[in-house]
Amino acid sequence: MKTLALFVVVITGAMLIYAGQDLPAFGDINSPSYQAPMTQYFIENSLEESGVTNIVTALLANYRGYDTLGETAVIFTAGMAVILLLRRRET
Amino acid sequence: MSRIQESVIIRTVVRITVPFIQLFALYVIMHGASGPGGGFQGGVIFGAAIILYAMIFGIAEGKKKMSDALDKILASTGLVIYAATGLACIIFGGMFLQYSAVPLLPDPAEVSKYLIDLVEIGIGITVLAVMISLFFDISPPESEPEGAEE
Repeated sequence: MKTLALFVVVITGAMLIYAGQDLPAFGDINSPSYQAPMTQYFIENSLEESGVTNIVTALLANYRGYDTLGETAVIFTAGMAVILLLRRRET
Repeated sequence: MSRIQESVIIRTVVRITVPFIQLFALYVIMHGASGPGGGFQGGVIFGAAIILYAMIFGIAEGKKKMSDALDKILASTGLVIYAATGLACIIFGGMFLQYSAVPLLPDPAEVSKYLIDLVEIGIGITVLAVMISLFFDISPPESEPEGAEE
């Protein structure tokens, strides 16, 4: 069983490394995600519109703040579900 | 108590490093607006500090730092901070989570910056409380009750 698990892990890791070869280089100006029109918009306007210098945070908390609220609710719900199922009663 | 928990070196190192890990977590949360970081990452680091403490000094000792009732309260408080920020924007005439509608400061971008910080704090509180409660609920009950308060 341990051999099988090791086999699965090695195969998955090899597939991920093989797929990683196709990623565009870091900071590549010709990559599809950089060429997208929304990328240009966020790079040019996110500082004036949201006031934060970190574009990732501007996207996370401002442009898609509703989605992040949902993510926080998912974490909260998962925690409450575990508490309801597993929390031991006070002895 | 396992042999790892009895080690003087590990207990001393954990006692010294836990405050610094917590300080680093607060830095990561507050630095989310101007650099790498944010509520999710900082909350996980803060939770990991308490979990490290509970792993070395025992679950009962850890629950003195973060009781069962407290982490339920904190988990919901963080979500309420986030949702209340969104609702405040509606009250001031904007859309849900439209931070620039709140007239706290003359510059709308500045308001947005501080409200994003507030939202990140809310995320961090929820994440750290859920992390810690997951650890406490999954950990096995302590085999020998060595402390008087159990």
